[in-house]
Parts: sequence; C-alpha cells; structure tokens
Amino acid sequence: MEFSYGGPAHVTRPELTATDREWTHYLYHRENPKGPYRERWLHSFGCGRWFNVLRDTTTHEIWQVYPMGESGVAEAGAGGISQ
Amino acid sequence: MQRYSFPKLLWQACRGNTGWGPAWATPTLKRSYDVVVIGGGGHGLATAYFLAKKHGVRRVAVLERGHIGQGNSGRNTQVTRSNYFYPVSSSFFDHSLKLYDGLGQELNFNVMLRQDGQINLAHSPHDLEIIRRWANAIRMNGVNAEVLSEPEVRKLVPLLNTKSRFPILGALIQRRAGISRHDAVVWGFARGASAHGADIIQGCEVTGIQKSGDRVTGVVTSQGPLNCDRVVMAVSNQCSILARMAGFTLPITTTTLQAMVTEPIKPILDPCVISAQIHAYVSQSDRGEIVIGGSADVYNSYRQRGSFAITRGVLSAVLELFPSFSRLKLMRQWAGAVDITPDTSPIMGLTPIKNLYINCGWGTGGYKAIPAGGETMAYTVVHDKPHPLIKAYDLERFERGALIDEGAASGVAH
Repeated sequence: MEFSYGGPAHVTRPELTATDREWTHYLYHRENPKGPYRERWLHSFGCGRWFNVLRDTTTHEIWQVYPMGESGVAEAGAGGISQ
Repeated sequence: MQRYSFPKLLWQACRGNTGWGPAWATPTLKRSYDVVVIGGGGHGLATAYFLAKKHGVRRVAVLERGHIGQGNSGRNTQVTRSNYFYPVSSSFFDHSLKLYDGLGQELNFNVMLRQDGQINLAHSPHDLEIIRRWANAIRMNGVNAEVLSEPEVRKLVPLLNTKSRFPILGALIQRRAGISRHDAVVWGFARGASAHGADIIQGCEVTGIQKSGDRVTGVVTSQGPLNCDRVVMAVSNQCSILARMAGFTLPITTTTLQAMVTEPIKPILDPCVISAQIHAYVSQSDRGEIVIGGSADVYNSYRQRGSFAITRGVLSAVLELFPSFSRLKLMRQWAGAVDITPDTSPIMGLTPIKNLYINCGWGTGGYKAIPAGGETMAYTVVHDKPHPLIKAYDLERFERGALIDEGAASGVAH
C-alpha cells in the first residue's frame, strides 16, 4: 500500500521524572476520538516522507495535511485538503 | 416466557405458527434501577441475564442505542475456541467454551453450536515450531490441542491446497472449537434476561454519566435521566467515549474489521481454518455460506466500513488456500468497529469511578467470551470485586506492566 499509518500525532513524551501513571498514560492510553483526529502517515511507496493528517474517524474525510513539526490549524473546518 | 420444546413446535406447526408471542418484553424506561447495563450486545445481555437469574438482582436495565445485537454481536464470524497461550486466558476462555457447551439448554434457545474444530495452519518449519510450542502451552493449561501433519490436514480439509505459494506443513487443531449462531446467542440471552425481570430498552442512547464525587449515581439517556446504584459499560466501539463521559481514559484504539460471506453451497468445510501468516480465516456456516475474515484495518475508524485493500488481501489469501472458491460469488461484505487494546486482551472489572464497571476492549474476539463475560461481570458488579477468572484483566494491568499479550493466539495478527 502506498501510505502507511503511523498512529496519533502530537503525542508528547513525558519527562524522565514522570510518575508510573503518567508514563502508562503516554505509553498505552489513547484519545481514540469519534470525529476529527490528528494522526501521522508515511508515504512509504512514494517520497518516503512522514506527514500529519487531520481526518474524521466517522467519515474518513481528510480535513488537513501538514508537515511534521507543525501543529496544523487549531479548528477543524470543512476546508478540504490544505497543504 | 413460553418455553420452547418439540411438542410446542409441533403444536404451532399445526396451527400455522400463529401463536408465538414476542420472545422478550418491551417495557418503558423506569426512572430508577439497581443496575444499568450500557450496551445490548451479547456481553451486556449476558451480564443482565446472570445478574437477574443467578444473583437475583431485581431491577436491571439494558440500554441499547440501536437494536440489540446490531453491533459487533451481529457482525462477528461466530467462532468459539479456547486455544490461548497464557494460563489466565486459557482458564477464562475455556470456562466460556464450557458454558457454550450447555448454552442451548441453559437458555432454552438453540444456539446451533457445532464443534467441528479449528485449525491454525503452519506454512514453514518455523511456524511448525511455534505451533508445537503453542500446543504444549495449551495442553499445559489443561485444554486439549493437537498438531496435525500435512496428510492429516488434507484428510480433514480435502479442498485445501497444501502446495500453494505458502505451502502447508501442518496445523494446530483444537477439536472443541466451533461455530454457533450469533443472533441466537443474543436473542437467547435477551429472552432469558427479560424472563428473569430485566428491562431491555432499545433505541435508548446514554449521553452522560451522573456522578457524586467519584461515585456513579445515574445515567442521562436520550429518553431522560435515571438513577441507579451501579453501572456496567459493556459496549464495543463507544467505550472510549463513554469512559470520557465518566472522567477517565482507556488504552483502546478503535479500528475496522471486515468479514464477508459467499453464496450458500453444500457442506464442504467442517472446521474453521485460520492462517495467521497470510491473514485469513474461513469457515462454513450451517446455512452453507463460506464465512471469510482477515486482518483489521490499521488506522482508527468508527465508520464500520472496511478498506478495499484488506478485502483484496484477505480474498487473495483465501483463494490461495482454497482455489476452488474462486467460482463462488460473494453475497455480503460488512465491517464492525473493533476496540483493540495494546495487548489484544480485553479489559474487565472495576474502574477509577466507584460503582462503575467496565467490560470492553474485546478487539476481534469477543463473541467466544459472551457467556463467561456475562457471568463474571455479574459477579463483579454484585460483589464489587473482580471475579477470580477476570482479576488479571483489570484496567490497572497496564500500569503494573502485567500485560496479557495474546496477539499470536488471537488467530490473526492485528
């Protein structure tokens, strides 16, 4: 398949001083939203680059595509794909 | 509840089947309950059944957003088995299999259980090694499993092409594994729960959880609020949302698992055949349809619609195993939203909120656990402590690092 899925985007690794609970939360707990969801994808059979996507998990509609390191537009709007 | 029996069938047949009443009551929602079960799937209905029957809880309600059995309880591929690797899984799932053995009698409803076994194919010497180890582990857990040679596999499933691109060198078989009818299990538990006084409320969505401090006091529904002492969350694919309503998060990712059936044909396939390597499993239902499933989509989705890439991958794998199936027409293809946990084992037991209990995260294999899930959750609710069989499946196991990694034993990799 041309694109591979890379899990949720913008998950911040906690500091080394994190408690067990914080670490568990980071490692295992997931937002798993029903609706707009920010995630990472890899163009594996293509340019080989990682990128972020804002996608609706109920309709599979892609609202935004933006480079790694950027946070994307805060509000999910029906603006189609913006590069 | 009218009991079903052969004389009754005969009597009804003689009068044109005009005398059958509804199998379960359709009461209106009351404003107060002892226990509210959210989710009218197999697990929720079984929980209500055992609460009412075994523990004598008088006021039980099952709240279902749509119709009962409309979610994953009616979308799965009906496989029951207990060929698990870890003792804790084995004891729970084998208990469930034993309950399935007598479920038709227990519910006075024919669940059409057919125990023709399940075989897991080995495609390489490494697979064979793993299967031998797996068989040993299962037997150490007190459950019988055997390793079949390639001629034995061929004898059992003559249509299987053992000289395919991924040749078949042998297989693991659990002979007590089988298939049954998922609708019958749902309806049987609904009928039984209703007969013992539980209210089954369909078309009633839970929109909020009422709390006083860290204790649950009731739920808000699309048919208004109600008070209750205890709440059981027994939903698939809405559990992350419900948990957020209650104020905690879950280690769950919801994705899509699809299945399909062909046109019905004469009986040609006794056991359920699984290949974890090429991601496909096949069985034949009592109606004659070939039931086909495979791996889940990798990305998050609540869409209940599988991707074509998976459909193509699963079907090409199945045709590699059974070339003769290429002439069959596919009748239906569908998908369900499945909740995958990090260790592919379910989450059952207490939650951070008092009097709120959870039964979720069944991923791709909750059907086989319906009777035991219901029985152990009913115990857990009544005693406010986890049933011994499900103690290891608590939500806190991720923090303790005590994961129950049954990925390999789940049949297909996901």
